[in-house]
Amino acid sequence: MTASARNENPAPLSRFVLPIAGLIGLGLCIGGLLVLVDPKGGQHLLAWFYDLLGNHSGADQLVNGQGDQLLAKIVLAIIALGVGVGGIWLLFIGVGWLVSLLQPKWRDRILPWVFVGPALALLAVYLVYPAAGTIWRSFFDNQGAFTLQNYATLTSPDFVEILRNNLIWLVVATAGSVFLGLVIAGLFDRIRREALAKTFIFLPLAISLIGASVIWSFMYAWQPATQPQIGLLNAVIVGVGGQPITWLTTNPLNIFAEIVIMIWLQTGFAMVVLSAAIKGVSTEVIEAARLDGASERQLFFGVIVPIIRGSIITVATTIAIAVLKIFDIVYALTGGRFGDDVVAVRMFHELFQFFNDGRAAALATVLFIAVLPVMYVNLHNFRRQAVEG
Amino acid sequence: MTATAQPVAKEVGRVKAWRPPIFQNLWVRIAVVAICLLWTIPTLGLLVTSIRNPLLIANSGWWTSLLNPFAPDQWTLANYQQVLNNAGMGNAFLNSLIVTIPATVIPITIAAFAAYAFAWIPFRGRSILFTIVVALLVVPIQMSLIPILKIYSGAGLYGTFLGIWLAHTGFGLPLAIFLLYNFMSQLPRDLFESAAIDGASALQTFIRIVLPLSVPALGAFAIFQFLWVWNDLLVALTFLGPATELRVMPTALFAMLGTYGGQWQLLTAGAFITMLLPLIVFLVLQRAFVRGILAGSVK
Repeated sequence: MTASARNENPAPLSRFVLPIAGLIGLGLCIGGLLVLVDPKGGQHLLAWFYDLLGNHSGADQLVNGQGDQLLAKIVLAIIALGVGVGGIWLLFIGVGWLVSLLQPKWRDRILPWVFVGPALALLAVYLVYPAAGTIWRSFFDNQGAFTLQNYATLTSPDFVEILRNNLIWLVVATAGSVFLGLVIAGLFDRIRREALAKTFIFLPLAISLIGASVIWSFMYAWQPATQPQIGLLNAVIVGVGGQPITWLTTNPLNIFAEIVIMIWLQTGFAMVVLSAAIKGVSTEVIEAARLDGASERQLFFGVIVPIIRGSIITVATTIAIAVLKIFDIVYALTGGRFGDDVVAVRMFHELFQFFNDGRAAALATVLFIAVLPVMYVNLHNFRRQAVEG
Repeated sequence: MTATAQPVAKEVGRVKAWRPPIFQNLWVRIAVVAICLLWTIPTLGLLVTSIRNPLLIANSGWWTSLLNPFAPDQWTLANYQQVLNNAGMGNAFLNSLIVTIPATVIPITIAAFAAYAFAWIPFRGRSILFTIVVALLVVPIQMSLIPILKIYSGAGLYGTFLGIWLAHTGFGLPLAIFLLYNFMSQLPRDLFESAAIDGASALQTFIRIVLPLSVPALGAFAIFQFLWVWNDLLVALTFLGPATELRVMPTALFAMLGTYGGQWQLLTAGAFITMLLPLIVFLVLQRAFVRGILAGSVK
């Protein structure tokens, strides 16, 4: 394509330099793609390079999975960055340049599609097509016959418990995070070192769910009553004369023990958004409420909270969507074996342990249906914003 | 829902509007300190345990070391040494870097171009396509796993870095496009009109005007995506698979839970290694992170 375009434009030097540079870039990208598609591409490329330098033993080691494996991985990552970023720029600039050669009428029609094309293609492949495919798959059994059985089994006691657990998660984890975030935001607003204090609450947000699970499984650690407790919670309980509790294996306590981890992580998010909202409440309103004799608590819950209602709903929906898909905490701590299973964990087990894709698809679809109201509200707000804007 | 979050963002950094009559009330201060302590204790326990002598860990709580910090033979870095070498955490750290960097940079590049077109270049079908992007914001990742897994096993992408880069790119795009669109569409119209008068093409306008001005939004999303990919367990488990040499930090830590369950000195050291980079990124770039959150996080 580039070559034919060049032939049509016999003109100054720069007209040649750019297309030639583009062609070289295109060649590099295609070469890079070939390396990337090869599962051992990094090793093969590096081995080829070693052969070129005469280091044949090093090359053999690489291909056999020994030697400079690390270097091979780094080479691969650099190529990925080069192709991923350079290739995309080349595509946009190259095709953009080609399109600019067209008549203005065609140019203006095609150019936007060049810009949104790669994004739309990826969205189609990774989200739109799979979503449709998953819904479709949920109506078939492993032999490929149409069935409603995948959904029918969701009413069995096993699955009712899972759905109930997800509902407990949804309500308790969301309400807990939002309430604590709100109270902490209101409280911290009254002190001088606010930013510093907020950092402590906010910090867990950087920690992975699995990291948090390890942190808290240590908090929940259990030893027989005859031995010293190394988990802080049981140490406190034994310290005040109680019996150590197996937090993570006692049902339904374990569900709440796991929810605490999520609240610990998400409160910081709620606090940040709600704190900004609280600061947005106008001073006049607050002064007026004070003049009317409102106590500080009445002022906060009676005046400020209703004003920032919109932000509270935003935070609650965002956290609810994250909670709905909860996977890592349950999967890592118990695997859902102690009556604490949830939809996403069960789906993973259906997929990789029982090889029951149809039921896994049905479970995913349940999550999808649960977020549909949020999707509707999002679209509604977006439309309204677009009309107003 | 993000429409409601938007006006909020503009209030960041404003002078405190809500000053109570008795500023710095003692009880409030005590409560604040108590809450901060409560929130920090779990992480502190992890950190202390990771540098304690393993012989002590099984017999006494980590707090006993804090109460008596100068007792001999109490502290050690051997746990980290063991985790990095024997438990494969060193390899996993590098794998995580290799997965995370392209999986952060590539979606930003693609999304920036798309967001610019959605915001400033009129074309047929623009509004319906952007509506689809908004709709995709909340689609659970679980909806994608089964069909993508099928495609990957057919195309030989299962268990490859290319496969996970592309997956993270696809999953991160809706939020990236949405955030960047929100930012870019707020740029003043005059900029684009004067650029057009100067004869700049759409591409030149994008490179010379839109990109430099969008650095705050690009940075905010970069932090999001970095943390999301670095901390992700599900996508890595699903598309990289269980192979030891392909483990990233979260999958390696998960494997440690199975292999070293009860060996707290190793689990805590491993967990702290997985948290190290996100915590540094977070502490250094906290402001940009907060800005990103306030610009509407829906994921």
